[in-house]
Amino acid sequence: MAEKFDVIVVGAGPAGTACAYTLAKNNVSVLLLERGEYPGSKNVMGGVLYRKMMEDIIPGFYKEAPIERPIVEQRFMMLDKESAATFSYKGMEWGKEPYNNFTVLRAKFDQWFADKAVEQGAVLVNETVALACIVENGRVVGVRTDRPEGDIYANVVVLADGVNSLLAKSLGFHKEFKPDEVALAVMEVLKLDKRIIEDRFNLEGDQGCTIEIFGDSTKGILGTAWLYTNKDSLNIGVGTMLSGLIKHKLKPYELLEYVKTHPMIRPYLQGTDQQEYLAHLIPEGGYRSMPRIVGDGVLVVGDAAQLVNAIHREGSNMAMTSGVVAAETIIEAIAAGDFTEKTLDVYKRRLLDSFVGEDLKKYKDATHHFEKYPHYFEQYIPMLNRAASQMFTVDGTSKREKQRKIWQGIGTAGEKMKIARDLFQAWRVMK
Amino acid sequence: MNIEDYHGVWVFLEHKSGSIVPVSLELLGAGRRLADKRGVSLAGILIGDGVKPLAEHAIAYGADCVYVYDAPIFKYYRTESYMKAIIAGCQKYKPEIFLYGGTSTGKDLASAVATDLATGLTADTTMLDVDAETGLLEASRPAFGGNIMATILCKKDRPQMATVRPKVVKALEPDYSRAGEIMEEPVELREEEIRTKVLDIVRFAVQRIRLDEADIIVAGGKGLGGKAGFEMIREFANTIGASVGASRDAVEAGWIEHHAQVGQTGVTVTPKIYFAIGISGAIQHLVGMQNSGLIIAINQDPNASIFQACHYGIVGDAFQIVPLLTQAFQQALGKEVEYG
Amino acid sequence: MLHIVACIKQVPDTKIIKMNPKTNTMDRSSAPAILNPYDAHAVEEAVRLKARYGGKVSVVTMGPPPAVKAIRKCIEIGADEGYLITDRAFAGADTLATSYSLTKALEKIGTLHPIDLIICGKMTIDGDTGQVGPGIARRLDIPPLTSVNKVVELEQEAGIAIVHRKLEDGYEVIQTSLPCLLSVEKEINEIPYSTLPNMLRAARYQPVVWSVDDLGDVDRTLLGLKGSPTIVAKVWPPEKPKGGEMLQGTSEEQVQRLFSILMERKTLFRDVGMRKGGGPQ
Repeated sequence: MAEKFDVIVVGAGPAGTACAYTLAKNNVSVLLLERGEYPGSKNVMGGVLYRKMMEDIIPGFYKEAPIERPIVEQRFMMLDKESAATFSYKGMEWGKEPYNNFTVLRAKFDQWFADKAVEQGAVLVNETVALACIVENGRVVGVRTDRPEGDIYANVVVLADGVNSLLAKSLGFHKEFKPDEVALAVMEVLKLDKRIIEDRFNLEGDQGCTIEIFGDSTKGILGTAWLYTNKDSLNIGVGTMLSGLIKHKLKPYELLEYVKTHPMIRPYLQGTDQQEYLAHLIPEGGYRSMPRIVGDGVLVVGDAAQLVNAIHREGSNMAMTSGVVAAETIIEAIAAGDFTEKTLDVYKRRLLDSFVGEDLKKYKDATHHFEKYPHYFEQYIPMLNRAASQMFTVDGTSKREKQRKIWQGIGTAGEKMKIARDLFQAWRVMK
Repeated sequence: MNIEDYHGVWVFLEHKSGSIVPVSLELLGAGRRLADKRGVSLAGILIGDGVKPLAEHAIAYGADCVYVYDAPIFKYYRTESYMKAIIAGCQKYKPEIFLYGGTSTGKDLASAVATDLATGLTADTTMLDVDAETGLLEASRPAFGGNIMATILCKKDRPQMATVRPKVVKALEPDYSRAGEIMEEPVELREEEIRTKVLDIVRFAVQRIRLDEADIIVAGGKGLGGKAGFEMIREFANTIGASVGASRDAVEAGWIEHHAQVGQTGVTVTPKIYFAIGISGAIQHLVGMQNSGLIIAINQDPNASIFQACHYGIVGDAFQIVPLLTQAFQQALGKEVEYG
Repeated sequence: MLHIVACIKQVPDTKIIKMNPKTNTMDRSSAPAILNPYDAHAVEEAVRLKARYGGKVSVVTMGPPPAVKAIRKCIEIGADEGYLITDRAFAGADTLATSYSLTKALEKIGTLHPIDLIICGKMTIDGDTGQVGPGIARRLDIPPLTSVNKVVELEQEAGIAIVHRKLEDGYEVIQTSLPCLLSVEKEINEIPYSTLPNMLRAARYQPVVWSVDDLGDVDRTLLGLKGSPTIVAKVWPPEKPKGGEMLQGTSEEQVQRLFSILMERKTLFRDVGMRKGGGPQ
């Protein structure tokens, strides 16, 4: 006789684990299924973990979690072919408790987080692939795994199986993504001595720095590149819309290679050894392409629900929130003894009312806006670089004269108006 | 234990089908060097049924003395019986160093002996040296899958024991004019004391050339993509009269039998020519073949570490290169026959 | 009831481990801890024998507390019980001290439920010695059988086991008395994909954990570093080969060049040509 749990969570990434953790903590019997050898094993990369959400789940987590570095400086680099204009903020308040955010290596962090869920009583089964939802009378009642005697039942199944969610697809919740709904991120972890990292990025002790790179890093395709400091490695990556890559006939690793050898980036990477390489799909469609996320006996969370803020790269942040909200909804459903779509639909409403929904709504036009008007990347960033160059080059011209030249360099009155309009548009979608 | 009481270097003389196995002869060479450096004698210990005539070979290969335990009870190798002979010998003569070939028999025997004598045993040694003053054996071996080399010492216990990988040291040229002593040792063991019986020995009908004795090896790896790739290199191997080897990945994928595995957990080989085809060159593979005479690597990945370990490398598609090479040899070797 | 105990070890995955070139130490974070692959076959063989003859399969390991994960892996394969002996006093053990500690654990397990058969993997991938299994057998004074690639028969009543020992060119058929210890080859079985019920049982399983004090009459001077006759005096990175000459050009040109290099050693190949043509022996 196959076993039955209150809840089965498919996928032990940040969303699934946050959900399982919250459920187990509230004495709900929960099975957490992971396809990898262990949670995080499929993801060798690093990323930024935002403190706030994680702390709502486990207060003071940073005292024991395997974090790489608390971030004390965030730089934004506007890249042209042979120049960069950089804006940065560094604050010592971020270097002490309770910190602002952290770099983490997913392989370590996800494993730690899942262990925490197990400590709360969740049952974690690794190396097991959920093949399909078991559906009876239109209701999801369990999961069929790839193992012998592999059927397992539950009142609610939570799908946290990532952007390519096969289970959501098999339920008809997802259609195949269109290329402009998905970004492709290629990343590398580069080994570098701890000391050198601290010298090179002007850091003290365990402090960390992140650099978000816009402009030439993506050769005019919509997207960003980034460079993060881990303890003794760097994480460099570039993410672009799949549609842009197709249009420009570019291979993802070519783009990454271009970023790595760019004269503004290259010095940061000197003397590093490549350790890992990963390509990863990220749903970037935002609010507009959010799939159906609630059904009878089933909820979809995290990347599988397309919960990614394309502009601010806050995937794991929103993923965790969605997991927690799903868990809270299920706990109420258990109390009511009702697992129908109607009851579970509270999840969707709460999610959209939370910052997740707010952010998704706010940025819903951003990706598409930039996609539609590539000159943000193609013209304005180079323009900014030219302006900065003229401003800072010492050639005997007065500052006032320089400003006049810069203004002239921007073009005719008509062009100036267009830029003003564009910038206003960008401000509107970003603000 | 007073380690001052222990003197001399001993080698376990493993034999098969009426001759001493090559690794034991190699160890007599290594043992000779250690014994000379230390200024002590080198002895072999020979256990079996009707094996006494082999003792003179051991002397020709460097032993000063051979202790012979010759009795029907030793007809087959059994851990329990052989072990008891060795322990009796060690207790009587107290050798300070004791070397075994790193064969399955040598390892099996040494493990049991070391436990009973409560002494240190270093497995799969690839380098041996001795401190002339103290007599301390410096046994070095690859550790952690070949990722590091480690030198192991056994300071307080004797004999200092080690199993030694085949083909890491050279045997001396045999000299049958050498003088040496052959000592027949009493055997008091009775069959009832031994709990293990050999009921039968089954030899596979097809005698293949053992990989570690082959002059030419054509080895394939993951890059061959499947059984078809191995068919291709087998044809090449047959053309040039080579044996077929493989990397661990290829064996684990089930493309070829276990006994073909070259490397840390497989066979160590030192052929005159080694072809590594579609083998990336993981460290555990390299430790098993890096002493080959001529290493040729063919791999699609220009960064494959096998190219660091080879003499000649070709970056390219094995499925293109190997058939061309096979063809070239078929033509050339055909001609040899005509004129030969 | 037949009681089979497998001795297992958690090891760093040396296949992917990276070394710190400056300190010559392993970068443990680069390699996950796994169940020693050879030991998985030992456990699987025990589970298969249980399926044939009935009985119970236990596993025992010495290691730090996280080694519980390796025990769970054995439960996934189908083991019934797991014992972890863990204590600072075990640290730094070589094969001799390890076999002593495991023997003490086995003796204690035997008092709970007499042991008929002990199975070990051929060797561990971090130690590469294969010495612990025979060591345990000697200490327990039971027959050690290494290189076992088939268990033909177990007769618990008669106290007999018949097994095959692998030889380079065949195998031996061996009869021995029970209890005995087998070190098994990888080829002895294939490990099937574990069932979901076993996975669930493993996920929840808590092994029995013993410290030195729990093992009863133990001579502490024989444990860990103290009980180890061998010491590691020095470690260094293996010599890096210099790299070979890369043959350039088209495939045809590369092959031509390689062929002429090989032909410089054509005496090696001459035999082949003669044989092929059926020439003189």
